[in-house]
Amino acid sequence: MSVRRRVLGNLRAVLAPVAAGMGVMAAAAAVLVPTLAGGAGHGAVGGGAGRASTPVVTHPAYGPGTASDTSPAAGCTPRNAAESLRPSSDDGPAVARIKERGQLVVGVDQNTYRWGYRDPATGKLAGFDIDLARAIAADILGPDAKVVFKAVPTDQRIPALRKRRVDMVVRTMTINCARKKLVAFSTSYFQGGQQVLAPKSSAVKAFDDSLRGKRVCTAAGSTGEAELAARPHGAKVLRVPNQLDCLVRLQLGQADAVVTDNALAAAQAAQDPAVELKGRPFTDEPYGVAMNEADTDLVRRVNKVLDDYRAGGAPDGPWMRAYRKWLKADLPDISGPPSPEYSD
Amino acid sequence: MSSVPTSSVAPPAPARRPAWAEGLDELRAAATTEPGRLRVIGAVLALLVLVFGAAAAWQVADRAAAADDVVEHSQPLTADAASIYRSLADADTTAAGGFLAGGKGDAATRQRYGKDIATAAELLTKAAQSARSSDAAGEQIARLNRQLPQYTGLVETARANNRQGLPLGGAYLRYANERMRTELLPAARALYEAESDRLAADYADAKAWPWAALVAGVLAVATLGWAQRRHYRRTNRVFNRGLLAATAASVAVLLWLVAGHAVARAGLTESYEHGARSLRVLNEARIDALQARGDENLTLVARGAVLTDDQQDFYEAGFRTGMTDLAGPGERGPAAARSRLGAALALADDEAGRAPVRAALASVRQWQVRHAEARAADEKGDYERALAKVVGGAGSTGEAFDRVAAGLSRALVHEQAEFRTAADAGRGSLGGLPVGAGALTLVGALGAVLGIGRRLAEYR
Repeated sequence: MSVRRRVLGNLRAVLAPVAAGMGVMAAAAAVLVPTLAGGAGHGAVGGGAGRASTPVVTHPAYGPGTASDTSPAAGCTPRNAAESLRPSSDDGPAVARIKERGQLVVGVDQNTYRWGYRDPATGKLAGFDIDLARAIAADILGPDAKVVFKAVPTDQRIPALRKRRVDMVVRTMTINCARKKLVAFSTSYFQGGQQVLAPKSSAVKAFDDSLRGKRVCTAAGSTGEAELAARPHGAKVLRVPNQLDCLVRLQLGQADAVVTDNALAAAQAAQDPAVELKGRPFTDEPYGVAMNEADTDLVRRVNKVLDDYRAGGAPDGPWMRAYRKWLKADLPDISGPPSPEYSD
Repeated sequence: MSSVPTSSVAPPAPARRPAWAEGLDELRAAATTEPGRLRVIGAVLALLVLVFGAAAAWQVADRAAAADDVVEHSQPLTADAASIYRSLADADTTAAGGFLAGGKGDAATRQRYGKDIATAAELLTKAAQSARSSDAAGEQIARLNRQLPQYTGLVETARANNRQGLPLGGAYLRYANERMRTELLPAARALYEAESDRLAADYADAKAWPWAALVAGVLAVATLGWAQRRHYRRTNRVFNRGLLAATAASVAVLLWLVAGHAVARAGLTESYEHGARSLRVLNEARIDALQARGDENLTLVARGAVLTDDQQDFYEAGFRTGMTDLAGPGERGPAAARSRLGAALALADDEAGRAPVRAALASVRQWQVRHAEARAADEKGDYERALAKVVGGAGSTGEAFDRVAAGLSRALVHEQAEFRTAADAGRGSLGGLPVGAGALTLVGALGAVLGIGRRLAEYR
């Protein structure tokens, strides 16, 4: 236990300063500052202005006005964004509602290999996210729980939760302060980050000046696109509707490299042995299970499931088994799940 | 009669008088005597009748050739272009359908896809070889020939990845579809437009009134009338058999020309209104149906991976657009007048033409109902049910789509036959006219010469 904590602590310690210098943190801080100053409108999400110059807020001062604010978004900084509510297996209204209905409705991806995809051989959904969703359903509804998977496009994740079309979204979804104003998150179940993907033989080494003059593909509206806009490194950016389209362009010779989440990049690498992830993740993107912000009992319940799922990073625990099954081949350098952080 | 004074004494003509002026002088000199005048009149009459005959023969032959082009060349080329267009859209739809069916329907869909691509390639070669193809058509043919192998390559890559269970296959299929949507189908449409323009031009050529021949005919008949009136005034003889024969022949050719051309025009107009225009609308309806079906399939392949600007599923939005073009904005009842099926119904001139279109519309409505059920199942997360509703057998949207396609196909066969019958009747009315006009006017010219010759003989 303590060994794992230390390893994870080290991992975070390595990643945090790297990420702290990066634009996303600064941008999130920029979103946060007006919130702290007086709770500016909810709609302002992630504008690019002041991205690089705004200093990272390391220790937010909890003024008298914000201390009593119970909203999860209040006092959110990039550093504590992944904090969630303490686990509990008590049934609240949300859990009771799911039990009464007898099925858990989960918003998932159907296109991301190894995470959430429809195996053409079986026609069934499979992947790391799918296994996790099934574990949550089994905990709430018992073995052989009925899970209804809904394909939720990236941009529909938050509306689907807010309109209660789904109970939760398990879909490589990054926890950040902007989103925490709109939905609630579990503790982090995977530590992701933007990374570069390129052919093994490519001169591209990482998200740096080796991209100069290269055609770099990214999904329109993605974090990768924002990062490339902030620091293009001399690359020519090719935008496509979906991140997987980037691998098509890469294989067809229309792009030289791809910038996307390492989880998605790994899913691409798993489908093409000639490409690999380059360098290190250059942003810090913890993935969480997203839920409606009113469903605090469900958040606590999911955090309890996640605690069991992580099993403290034990090699034969569910998390490590799922990691080895789905992710290890293309994301080999992960020693265990991220440790949970709590806000209460 | 002889009181007309002979020419006055002219001063010696200057040496450099042009030849035509001297010829005119001679004619003027000849016209001073009645036999001279008669010779001139005879020559003019014969010439006018012959010019009329030549103009009639030439202009009618021209129109008959244009009518033949409509039937033998430009309409078949237009139909071929429509087939290229349809084959490409069908290949794309089939590729997506085979993708969804997975291992089960693979052999059948592969075969259909292969046939579509082969048909398109074959017709492209045929169109390229047609010497009548315009530059615009040639450009589109070259574009299609460049894009087609790339497209099939993408589809094969999609298939290979899909067989290995990789979602990348779906991404390749979507990319192939994008190429089809943004490159191949627009090129095929442009080719179809170019061939349709050609068809319209041939129609216009075939239907243009032969004004030169008509004017020459009226002039010839009027001049013949004047000559006979003059003859009657001077001799009190009512009939000159030669001139009468010339007049009869000219009037006959003139009437034949007007009647024959009017019938040809009517036939061609009917073949256009009820054949070519119907064929065009029906072809477009078939493309709309195919594209809507392709979008329906891709909705399930893409699974929300691509959105429109206003956050709708890209392919579901495409399906709705296709259905709106096909039958109007509603989901039940008759087709909107401005939709393809509405237009096809309005253009169909008989029950045999309307029945298959009505059947297609009924199937479209059934398709829409089933599509809504499939969407509802998919929205609920029941992908299997949605899939069965779309690519399954009985009760699926695929079955409804096949019925739409079958109805449109029957309507196309009917309208093609209508076109052919009307166009053949039209161009048949021009048959024999050039030769007949030539022969009759020759007789007429001979009559005029003989008639005048008879009068001349009286002066010997």
